[in-house]
Amino acid sequence: MPTDDRTLTREQVLDAYRTVLRARTLDDRRFVLNRAGKLAFIISPRGHEVAQVAAITALQPGRDRFCLYYRNFAAALACGFTPEELMLSAFARAADPSSGGRQTPGNFGSRRRGVIIGSSTVGPQIPKAAGIGLALKWKGEGALCYVSFGEGATSQGDFHEGLNFAAIHRCPVIFFCENNRWAISVPQPLQVAGPGVAERAAGYGIPGVRVHGDDFFAVHLAVRQAAERARIGDGPTLIEAEVLRLQSHSTDDDQRAYRDAAELAAEAARDPIPRMRDMLIQRGWLTAEDDAGLRAEVDREVERATEAAEAAADPEPGSLGRHVYADA
Amino acid sequence: MPERNLVQAVRDALYEEMERDDRVCILGEDVGRKGGVFKATEGLQQRFGEQRVLDTPLAESSIAAVAQGLALEGFLPVAEMQFADYSFPAFNQIVNEIAKVRYRSNGDFGCPLVIRAPTGGGVRGALYHSQSPEAFYCHVPGLKVVLPSTPADAKGLLKAAIRDPDPVIFLEPKKLYRAERQEVGDGDAAVLPIGVATVVRPGTDLTAVTYGFMRAVTIQAASRLSADGIEVEIIDLRSLRPWDVESCVRSIEKTGRVAVVYEANRTGGFGAEIAAELAERCFASLDAPVSRIASPDVPAMPFSPSLEHAFMLNPDKVADGLRRVARY
Repeated sequence: MPTDDRTLTREQVLDAYRTVLRARTLDDRRFVLNRAGKLAFIISPRGHEVAQVAAITALQPGRDRFCLYYRNFAAALACGFTPEELMLSAFARAADPSSGGRQTPGNFGSRRRGVIIGSSTVGPQIPKAAGIGLALKWKGEGALCYVSFGEGATSQGDFHEGLNFAAIHRCPVIFFCENNRWAISVPQPLQVAGPGVAERAAGYGIPGVRVHGDDFFAVHLAVRQAAERARIGDGPTLIEAEVLRLQSHSTDDDQRAYRDAAELAAEAARDPIPRMRDMLIQRGWLTAEDDAGLRAEVDREVERATEAAEAAADPEPGSLGRHVYADA
Repeated sequence: MPERNLVQAVRDALYEEMERDDRVCILGEDVGRKGGVFKATEGLQQRFGEQRVLDTPLAESSIAAVAQGLALEGFLPVAEMQFADYSFPAFNQIVNEIAKVRYRSNGDFGCPLVIRAPTGGGVRGALYHSQSPEAFYCHVPGLKVVLPSTPADAKGLLKAAIRDPDPVIFLEPKKLYRAERQEVGDGDAAVLPIGVATVVRPGTDLTAVTYGFMRAVTIQAASRLSADGIEVEIIDLRSLRPWDVESCVRSIEKTGRVAVVYEANRTGGFGAEIAAELAERCFASLDAPVSRIASPDVPAMPFSPSLEHAFMLNPDKVADGLRRVARY
């Protein structure tokens, strides 16, 4: 996969890098808050951030639709959620824009941003995205639907039904699999036979692409090409981004119990964020001083977001029965 | 007004709503070319085209999921499950996704769609074409459940369901598809409100609350009791979620006795919920225990005529049950 930087400006890439840093810093803060007993449950994007932001940077938030999954914390930031909004969600406050504190953080939704409200079972967003894609095709406005999921979700029947439907009707959908090789404790060989997920695209007669998820430009290019195909009516693409799960599945899991310590250490040394920083420095787009300044700025942002969210109000108990139906 | 049987009334409702609003569309297995295995969509694809009447792959989860995607994008899909028994592969999409969209997004998203499914037995359909699964769906806040028993009710309530801002499970008793013809109105005047029962037969001695195919069976049973001087008031609920508690309470305050007659197996059937609610509400008016007249607790209805007959309620069995309540 050749790298591709022709369509992105330095500012856009630096903006993406800032989003990546925000995701990591916010997530680190969430884990501290969890260990302090202030946040109940967190799913970390650690190791996935660069792939997620690179993908969204190739799309058009506000025009396109996004069916995200629970590990898409960095993708949500790239779609326009602010650090404070994501902290409101972590604290389950009334002002959480996704669900008003009803869902666990990681179920992102915002009608005005085109982020379709998520849920916590694995894979149902995949055929739903096919339906959204069908609607977008009927509308004929050139918008597309991006749907993401882990490799564990590809074992679900809904993965097959969604790809099958979207392929038959050439729906403008990008199926983006973030393969971190672990579905909680079950490794990829017990989830997928053969080399991986991308090969499955052949069975649906659609392109399947595998990319290194730590290569910002490679992911961006794969998604951009899939978007071009989708927008001109050439149908869906399945992209498999190989990523690292540098954190346990969730705050209720400890991957040291079932993963090899040496492997964990080796993966930690391959963290994609320093790699992105080095690439930017190499290009002369960023200096070490810029990077330190940016990180300090992001730290302050996360500090403000945390304070605001922690001080925000919980949902009113009396609101429990609202929005069951349109008239209540 | 033209005379129509129940399946023709369903088809007319679909036709009229598609004429009235071009957001209304149909999807399901065999709904297009064939016009539905029961002909509920006959001629609609010829009239409205292959987009608005879409033959889907044979995959119920994606039928529900795609309908949801279309609804989220502003279309008004009517999905057909070929048999209510076949809605279970779509159970997660219906119960975890569709029903909870509004609630989990704190009102940011809604999901206006209809899932139609032929329900019930007595047609030699055996285990997998005879089930009455309404209780599963009635248990789910966020869904509405409608189960009409006459052509006019089917048409009026299906039109209301299509216009409803929330998801509606619309169950059609297949035994009644061609059972009776009656004059059926059209246009807006034919629309009936969801959640309103109808008194089918006035009576003074005993209330029978029923719905679906059991309405006709209970009417026959009531004439047998009438010969013995016992007058049964029959209420056809028509809608199960929400259901018209007040009409039942008014009747029981008059009669002092109530039996709930339903086709599903007894334990955990929706009739159990009706019985519990009426026992709570009407305790002071009751001269006899609230009674359930339902099918036996075997897994489903067998194929052999002798076994099917043994399973199904009929006027004799219902009359026996009603007499027991009347004589208590």
